[in-house]
Amino acid sequence: MAVSATESEVWEALREVEDPEIPGLSVVDLGIVDRVRVDEGEIEVDITPTFTGCPAVEMMRREIELELSRLAERVRVRVTFERAWTSDRITKAGREHLRRSGLTPPPREGSIELQVRAKCPYCGSHDTRIENAFGPTLCRSIHYCNACHQPFEAFKPV
Amino acid sequence: MSESAVPLLLSLADDELVLGYRDSEWTGIAPMLEEDVATSSISQDEIGHAKALYEIVREITGAGVDDLAYGREPREYRCCWLVERPRHDWAFTIARRFLYETADDVRTEALVASSFEPLAGLMRKVRREEKYHLMHVSAWLDRLSESGEARPRLESALALAWPDALTFWEEIEGEDEFLAGGCLPAPSPELRRRWLERVERELAARGLDMPRAAGPEPPTGRGGARTGDFEPFWLEMTETYRLEPGATW
Repeated sequence: MAVSATESEVWEALREVEDPEIPGLSVVDLGIVDRVRVDEGEIEVDITPTFTGCPAVEMMRREIELELSRLAERVRVRVTFERAWTSDRITKAGREHLRRSGLTPPPREGSIELQVRAKCPYCGSHDTRIENAFGPTLCRSIHYCNACHQPFEAFKPV
Repeated sequence: MSESAVPLLLSLADDELVLGYRDSEWTGIAPMLEEDVATSSISQDEIGHAKALYEIVREITGAGVDDLAYGREPREYRCCWLVERPRHDWAFTIARRFLYETADDVRTEALVASSFEPLAGLMRKVRREEKYHLMHVSAWLDRLSESGEARPRLESALALAWPDALTFWEEIEGEDEFLAGGCLPAPSPELRRRWLERVERELAARGLDMPRAAGPEPPTGRGGARTGDFEPFWLEMTETYRLEPGATW
């Protein structure tokens, strides 16, 4: 058991925890880690969900606890809405991961509106249409590309 | 001050929980596949908002979130009557959702300025998500008000939902106290006035008349009086919880 982990070790460990709904995307790149505090062998982490009702939050909270328990005896992971998550918190690497997974990343600093002509993550065309503002998870919408005839999903701006 | 916020928090949470469950009844049988997905997703949002509000209550009183959602007797719920009615047809579901979402929007807009920071913070987040619900219901209101069979059905549905929609704005227990503390930044009658203006404008834009019926007397849901529709609904919603209260999943 490490006596006292550093903050950067904690961030490194958090990179090992993935969003269960988007395999390979870490909670750090998703931008849900709001704050990390390390004090005398105690680690406190605040996370803030992408969507309030996201059913994966509790699972990620527990996985973070488990992952960090290797670094400290006392680990506390809190879910907070003090600084709300917005889709701008997804990192550059996270956005790239979304694209590779067939999910159009949300527009940056955009207002909350439907991506009527979302860029196709497969062929890059904007000749697309929105099929449904709601999708398989709370954070996604469903689209269709007229150019490459592929259905695809987009991460909603919120 | 936080203790006095509990009736307000329960009113907000119970509205979202009950309407979330009611609308989730469409999952699998909505008029089209897209609506199966949309209604399920919107319901999941609402139940998630309720959960986050119950979390704030838990911080204050120590009551468990599941116990708050499923462990209370019907008279202990603080939702308005509008949300506990059966879903009826699609026109009623849309009419109710329009009246509710508009009211909820007025209420959450006020609450982002609440002096009770946990509530204000959550409302800032919730409003970003609710924007999608408003877009959804607005598109459906456009579609149903166009012509043909849908329009008269929408008109009847609005008339049916109207008296219950007014119950959304009944004074909440202890309102004077949490108004004075700034927890609720504007009194219910003032919020109701803003809502009536919004509804009238939205209906007029689609050539629809404002329903005129009065709300039920004496006061109803906010004080714990339930309609006959609530108990069968409640029995179903809480069935799993009541099999073994305290079970973890």
